Amino acid sequence: MFAASEAAAETAAVALKSGWFLENAWIIPIIPAVAFALIIFFGKKLPMKGSELGVLSMVATLVLAGGAAFQWIDRVNSASEGQYIEPVIRSWNWWQSGGFDLSIGQHMDGLSLTVLVVVAFISTLVQIYSLEYLRGDRRYTHFFASLTLFSAGMMNMVIADNMIQLILGWEIMGLCSFMLIGHWWEDKANSRAALKAFFTTRTGDIGLLVGTSILFFSANSWTQEHLGVSGFSIRGLSAWALSGSPGSVAITAGAFALFVACIGKSGQFPLHTWLPDAMAGPTPVSSLLHSSTMVVAGVFLVARLFPVFYEGMNIYGSSMNFITLIGGITIIIAALLAFVQDDIKKVLAYSTVSQLGYMMMGLGAGAWLPAVFHIFTHAFFKACLFLAAGSVSHSGSHHSFDMKKDMGGLRKYMPITFVTWVISTLALCGVFPLSGFFSKDEIIDNVGYAGYDIFMIVGLVGAFMTAAYMTRATYLTFFGEPRGAAAGEHHEEAGHDDHGHDAHAAGHGHGHDAHAAGHHDDHGHGHDDHGSHGPHESNAFITVPLVILATLAIGAGLLNATPFGEKWENMKKWIEPRPVVVGDVDHASVGEVRGFRTADTLPATQDSAVSEETVLTEETAVAMEEGVSPEAKAAPAPLMATAAPAAGGEEGGEEAIAYAAEDGHSAEAGGYDSHGSDCGKKTPEAGVCYAPYVKHAPFKWAKAALSMAIVFAGLILSWLVSVQLYTRKRGFFVGLTQKNKLLAAGHAFLVNKYYLDHLYEKIIVRGIAHPIAKGAYWINQNILDGIINGTGIGAKGVARWVYRNVDQRVVDGAVNGSGAVARGAGGALRPVQSGKVNQYGALLFAAAAVAGLVLIIINT
Amino acid sequence: MVAQNIAFGIVAAIMVWGALRVVTVKNVVHAALWLVLVLAGAAAQYVILAAEFVAITQVLVYIGAVMVLFLFGTMLTRARIGAEQELNNNSWWLGVPSAGILLGVITLALVSGFGDEELPKDAAVVTTQEISDQIFGPYLLPFWALSFVLLVAVIGAIVLARKD
Amino acid sequence: MLVNQFLILAAVLFCIGVYGVIARRNAVMVLMSIELILNSVNLNLIAFALRNGSVDGHIFALYIIAVAAAEVGVGLALVLLVYRNRKSIGLEELSEMKG
Repeated sequence: MFAASEAAAETAAVALKSGWFLENAWIIPIIPAVAFALIIFFGKKLPMKGSELGVLSMVATLVLAGGAAFQWIDRVNSASEGQYIEPVIRSWNWWQSGGFDLSIGQHMDGLSLTVLVVVAFISTLVQIYSLEYLRGDRRYTHFFASLTLFSAGMMNMVIADNMIQLILGWEIMGLCSFMLIGHWWEDKANSRAALKAFFTTRTGDIGLLVGTSILFFSANSWTQEHLGVSGFSIRGLSAWALSGSPGSVAITAGAFALFVACIGKSGQFPLHTWLPDAMAGPTPVSSLLHSSTMVVAGVFLVARLFPVFYEGMNIYGSSMNFITLIGGITIIIAALLAFVQDDIKKVLAYSTVSQLGYMMMGLGAGAWLPAVFHIFTHAFFKACLFLAAGSVSHSGSHHSFDMKKDMGGLRKYMPITFVTWVISTLALCGVFPLSGFFSKDEIIDNVGYAGYDIFMIVGLVGAFMTAAYMTRATYLTFFGEPRGAAAGEHHEEAGHDDHGHDAHAAGHGHGHDAHAAGHHDDHGHGHDDHGSHGPHESNAFITVPLVILATLAIGAGLLNATPFGEKWENMKKWIEPRPVVVGDVDHASVGEVRGFRTADTLPATQDSAVSEETVLTEETAVAMEEGVSPEAKAAPAPLMATAAPAAGGEEGGEEAIAYAAEDGHSAEAGGYDSHGSDCGKKTPEAGVCYAPYVKHAPFKWAKAALSMAIVFAGLILSWLVSVQLYTRKRGFFVGLTQKNKLLAAGHAFLVNKYYLDHLYEKIIVRGIAHPIAKGAYWINQNILDGIINGTGIGAKGVARWVYRNVDQRVVDGAVNGSGAVARGAGGALRPVQSGKVNQYGALLFAAAAVAGLVLIIINT
Repeated sequence: MVAQNIAFGIVAAIMVWGALRVVTVKNVVHAALWLVLVLAGAAAQYVILAAEFVAITQVLVYIGAVMVLFLFGTMLTRARIGAEQELNNNSWWLGVPSAGILLGVITLALVSGFGDEELPKDAAVVTTQEISDQIFGPYLLPFWALSFVLLVAVIGAIVLARKD
Repeated sequence: MLVNQFLILAAVLFCIGVYGVIARRNAVMVLMSIELILNSVNLNLIAFALRNGSVDGHIFALYIIAVAAAEVGVGLALVLLVYRNRKSIGLEELSEMKG
């Protein structure tokens, strides 16, 4: 079947190219998964304790992912203009139960390849970096095992062709995140942070399960009928969302539920609190998981199922929706929080949260491509920033992350780190022509162009704040006078406790005694190596990844440089799915009319649910080729089938003929970008859409100049303030927050992170943990005591003369009475908790009987 | 049909009587023997309902294995085989209203739900092959899970009951 | 044969089982009552299988029998353990859960 259809594809004018790497991309996540198993079982016996396996597997995946990406570009180039580029989908039956088929496979398209390459690339660099950063660590082998498993999980999620596989990868990542944040779990703060990250994201994950089920049950019959795939299939869900058949409640509820999961995973407001705490993990982990890859999983999910969100959230043509709202709020609040952090990694963490807000906001406003491109560019410069921060702490500040205490003036000692940091900072701020400019500015621009005006302003304000807080961090770290450890101070006794512990929030004053011992063992090397002399540059294992990432931070933006004209918009060409109506592939391809198709070229897509292996791409190409008439071929026509009969398997042949679109349509459809496509706006009459139509803002230098001006204003203003505040200690700025009440309140509000943690831990968590006890206690303390006190006071106040007659009886009676009532209520309920199983059983069944009775009464 | 109805009536009467004795007798071993009667009655009902394989399994597993377990359990926990005082607990009377209301509710629901609906008259006996086709086909995953449950139960029982 | 004759028989057995669970103080007796309940459920399943003309009910009944066997095994092991520690299997004495 494979060979035959390939032969057929060769003759086709519009057949899509494919290749080994693309067809076999499913191997990519398997490599790190196997490496993980090997590291766990044999890692400790290997010469480099298993780290070589991790690095090798990452390099292998990078090669495979790169090959697949090149073949994808080839594939895009082989397509005619306006043709839908069918993703390379393969799926196998994983297991089935009671007529419930679950498949596993790959769904390779521009989006998944982009993220795949990013993950493979950053993982490789971070693992190399970790070779040095974690040298001599107690759980060195386990660290690399977890890191490798994480990559396997993420890649599995990225290539997933259905929701179940996606959830699998998603949860593996959650697990690895937990293990890696708590890598130094001897420190209580670390294990707490790990638990917090785990529980917070899990709270969101309920949404993932609920949303997946909602979508499955509402989409399954449609997808089975029209595409022959289950309701878990991402391709099926996308087509279903745009088919006009889903009820608005179902798709809205599904989209909302899924977005809750994205909020949790991608650290969006109000579940962003776990991400800064996650910085308790080793710096390479922060760099890989919590800035550039794992946390974009939520963004990825929105981008992956964009049609579902497009319809469910009503993205097209509105001016505000849930996604943009959350994204916009996140941008601002996270950027504000970044100003009050003294821990360099926490600044970066809030910056990450804020940038994820940009991506979400972009997606919510329909700026799909800029948002995905921002995933791509952000990964490089944010990973670089984190690794630079790690380099500073590793070699410059004696394992401290406190900018105010232990850094300053490091540019002289650490030139490479400094230069890469500054490049990445400028890229993050979106300075032309670094990579951040091309993605972030495009997001802001497109958000405004799509009609989300408020959010464009939010984006610009966010850009200003980004520039400002990054300048503050840069100034504190690399300029001014060296302080603390950066000045070469030794803290032999006390200092050990203050700065001896590695990657966690320094100076937060927790359990020094408890963990000091553990860190002596873990990082004793650090004190031997660095404690004896002052700050210095890190070695090549650290600087080489930094330089590579910084280079990409400069150059990656050129892949989609909108300002330079359409020729430069490569990403748009490569990864943006084209919003064209695709013929009802499966039904068209089983038509009886085309007698020349031999039995074995007849694809098995008809019963793809049970077929062992489904290679959709080749068949699709064939089907498309056959659907296009000679005239249409001459003027390379997209498959805008307009006059096709109603979809139905029996009429496949007719349909195929109907795809011979008239020439009149081909001209219009060829330029779908300028004329607009109906996908996402109207129900396609025949065939299906896989991607909705989104607007693209035309680039204008004036707008770019405006945002540049804002960014530079932020940079310069913040620089000036920083110089005044941190170096010259000018009276006006120093202690401003203490002098002005409003500012002080705002500062406290920010330092306490909007009191969200208090809300979650003090109110919600404890409220759930002991609601009854607490409520009863509260009633006891406030109401009962209040009654008693009130009665007492009132009685005293009214008159003393009744004291002997009335008081003695009434008040005492009330007091005793209220006490007796409380005791009585407690006493009445107490026997219920007798601890006797039989009585519990009696209550259980009696309750069941009563419930049954109620049901009967209601139903009759 | 009449024959089936008569058979049902007799077996049902035996089962109800046996079940009542199970929950009222004062001797644990006697209760276990009455339980055997009820289980055997259930097997007979399965045969009437054209479920031969389930009936056989019932006899093998319940009457064969489970009852032996019960008798062993009785022997190991009480040396005394004879009658016992106070086999019921002090709040045994709670059971009467609970079970009574439950029975009333269920009967009400069943009568209003199914009324005089007849079972199909000449239904073919379900063969073992049909059942195995289902178990090893669509229900393979639950079967698998069940195997794990049994494995865990075996290990758990050993861990709990061994003496150290 | 009526559907209801089987279903009501099952209901009666179920309620007798419920009574047993509530009334008995001997743990082994409670387990026996639970067996009664499980059997009544099986009877329902088989009756419905015949009514609907499908095999699914049989499968479920078989699974329930298997699970019941596992349950009795573990349950009796627990009882044995309790007896060894307390020289009694009266459920009334096991009231650590008392609130």
